Amino acid sequence: MRSPVSDFPGGLHLPGHKKRSTQTPIHKTPISKQLILPLQQHIGEAAVPIVDVGDLVLKGQRIARAEGHVSVCLHAPTSGKIIAIEERPIPHPSGLSAPCVIIETDGEDNWLERHPVADFRQLSAHEIRQIVRDAGIVGLGGAGFPSFIKLNPGVHHSVDTLLINGAECEPYITCDTMIMRERAEGILDGIEIMRYALNAGEVIIAIEDNKPASISAMQLALAARPQWQNVDIVVIPTRYPTGGEKQLIQVVTGKQVPSNGLPIDIGIVCHNPGTAYAVCRAVKYGEPLISRIVTVTGTDVKHCGNFETLFGTPISDLLNFCETKRQPDEPFIQGGPMMGYSLAGDQLPITKTANCILVGVEDVAPANEPLPCIRCGDCADVCPASLLPQQIYWYSRAKEFDTTRDYKLFDCIECGCCDYVCPSKIPLVSYFRFAKTEIMNQEREQRKSDLARERHESRLERLERERLEKEQRQAQRKAALEASKKAAANKEKAAPADNATETESPAEEKN
Amino acid sequence: MPIFRLSPPFLAGSSRVTLHMIQVLLALIPAVIAMVYFFGPAVLINIVIAVVAALVSEALMLKLRSRPLKPFLSDGSATVTAVLLAIAIPPLSPWWLTVIGVSFSIIFAKHLYGGLGYNPFNPAMIGYALLLISFPVEMTTWLPVNNLADQAPGWLASLQVILTGQYQGMAMDAFSGATPLDHMKTQISMMRSPEYVASKPMYGLFGGLGWEWINIWFALGGLWLMYRKIISWHVPMAMIGGLLAISTITWLIAPQVSGSPLFHLVSGGFMLGAFFIATDPVSGSTTLRGRIVFGAGVGVLVYIIRVWGGYPDAVAFAVIMMNMLVPLIDYYTQPKVYGAR
Repeated sequence: MRSPVSDFPGGLHLPGHKKRSTQTPIHKTPISKQLILPLQQHIGEAAVPIVDVGDLVLKGQRIARAEGHVSVCLHAPTSGKIIAIEERPIPHPSGLSAPCVIIETDGEDNWLERHPVADFRQLSAHEIRQIVRDAGIVGLGGAGFPSFIKLNPGVHHSVDTLLINGAECEPYITCDTMIMRERAEGILDGIEIMRYALNAGEVIIAIEDNKPASISAMQLALAARPQWQNVDIVVIPTRYPTGGEKQLIQVVTGKQVPSNGLPIDIGIVCHNPGTAYAVCRAVKYGEPLISRIVTVTGTDVKHCGNFETLFGTPISDLLNFCETKRQPDEPFIQGGPMMGYSLAGDQLPITKTANCILVGVEDVAPANEPLPCIRCGDCADVCPASLLPQQIYWYSRAKEFDTTRDYKLFDCIECGCCDYVCPSKIPLVSYFRFAKTEIMNQEREQRKSDLARERHESRLERLERERLEKEQRQAQRKAALEASKKAAANKEKAAPADNATETESPAEEKN
Repeated sequence: MPIFRLSPPFLAGSSRVTLHMIQVLLALIPAVIAMVYFFGPAVLINIVIAVVAALVSEALMLKLRSRPLKPFLSDGSATVTAVLLAIAIPPLSPWWLTVIGVSFSIIFAKHLYGGLGYNPFNPAMIGYALLLISFPVEMTTWLPVNNLADQAPGWLASLQVILTGQYQGMAMDAFSGATPLDHMKTQISMMRSPEYVASKPMYGLFGGLGWEWINIWFALGGLWLMYRKIISWHVPMAMIGGLLAISTITWLIAPQVSGSPLFHLVSGGFMLGAFFIATDPVSGSTTLRGRIVFGAGVGVLVYIIRVWGGYPDAVAFAVIMMNMLVPLIDYYTQPKVYGAR
């Protein structure tokens, strides 16, 4: 076991509310009658369906293929019949609808034939990435970035450290806590495969010190593999947002990811323990990613806990299973209370990024009108990126977006610490998102108008060129005509008898 | 159905502007008690007049600006401005002086700039500066501390002086005199040595009798605010450091110029300024390094104006001058962000 080497500035000591959902082991959620599977459950291009309405599918059968590079496949979570491929509301903060495959389940839960790999070392790194991609695995921490890309160091980088992020710093969420507690062996198997694919020098598993049971489970599992070299568990102090990728890297390695850069730039790749477990299932057991562990918790939930839930399960089914005080269509939170988003609507499905469903929180942020900023600077004190939120807020409000960039708006990780401490209760993160969106829109507009201008300029150029060419041609023709006239005149002089035939020719043309 | 924001974070801490302001007021209590002990209950009457004037001005301006009354009247900021100004001016000031100062602070220095959070200058100090320039006599005649005078004026006498300017036929001047800081300045200009002046009965251990205790209580109240994390150490410590630096250098090179560094530290409104005025977040610097620059600047300017300027005390002018530099200071003292190359 190692100690953390550094620390990050700011941060918050938040009440964890973790015990609420760690009292019972991980349960399996019953299979719902209908599963709603959005084709896009990951960052990148949406998957393309390869089944038709009316098809019968088996559990684990691929129902949509990856499209483009940044994309992954999608599988039937259980056996049943495809009853529709259509737009359905998806769990998105703005209440969007998107194409989904809808499966009517048959309750048989029949598997498609699986192809386990007994010894992954027989495979090349590329083959492992292909399996991970085909298995539809994305980062299960909440962002949903296709994992196979993060298992590819590329030709320009080498990976020193594979960092397993078991910090789980947001209050209430315990899905990583529980998976580390109960499935440490599988996680270590997955880590071994990931390390092999990345050819990483060392592995660090970082866990916050408020999860002693997870730490000891992982330690026990690790102790059973004495042959492993350079694999360490680092117990880090509990402080939000220590599970932020950049913050965790700083705490564990003392290094900082360069601004606008990626961890790979400093030889680090981060993965979530749940993702490691999914990789293990995919490679070792041939099982694609068809379910995940979802924490269902909150002050209004009767049976809080963690539930292994098939993708596509309507969130309302899961909430009914846990018994809540929630009214139909009452909003709830997906993700954590600091960085999640609020959703409303009962038929929204559980997707690959649904780590937590939260119904009712303590110390809820008021929705009423904020007071003006008094520049107390408490937000700057807690900012883990050492930004000046009060200044960025001021300039975002004034729509002076260039100045917000001077104040490094784009280094904001939107952790929400500033909002939390603000005595005026200003929704700072919302302002920063607004400013970021505006800047990106402006840039897009700029690119568009640049393109339009270029097009216009090249059109003018082309017209000018055509005009010149035309003039040239006309001049040539004129010259040719004159030359021929001259020649004709000469001929006339030479042979006046030809006149008769020449006068006929215009008449012929008229016909 | 819980009503929460549509966007994260959905949690909020307990910090509120009103709680900040209430704690600032609580931290002032020990020093105010000390002032009452030395100058009599006139201090409290002044505070009441000032608070009433501030709330009336605030309500009036909110009404004129069509802003909601309740959140802004209850945020406590007008009350803090009023109390700070009330304890910065002489206790037996006539009532109209207090009312003019406070209403100018609230109406001109605060609301005409956009109200809470938008004032570039410290409202209480703008009010103070207006009064000092317009009514120099009233603003520089302080009561001597009560163990020097026969008796500190009681409730009735104080009220009578504040409301009518007279007490039993005697004019205000009969009670009052220069502050130790003022006295020191005039005596030095008359070629007396600071040591000689400081040996007079109106002086105590380091500063003016009574004044030094009032300053110490302000400092202790300020330290409590620091402990409560309402203010950070940067401004007060930088301001004390700035004053100590320039006064020690002068003291070592030319001791006849002014009083000792310690005298300056516990005289006039220095500690009030260091812990309660210059720490105003709205008009002060908002970066940590900026606060050090800001505080040190105020500390140095206080000394310069006290010793070489035309006024005996200088916290108000020093703070206002540094307020002007805040946008510049803030821009050039940005912290190094995560991942900066």
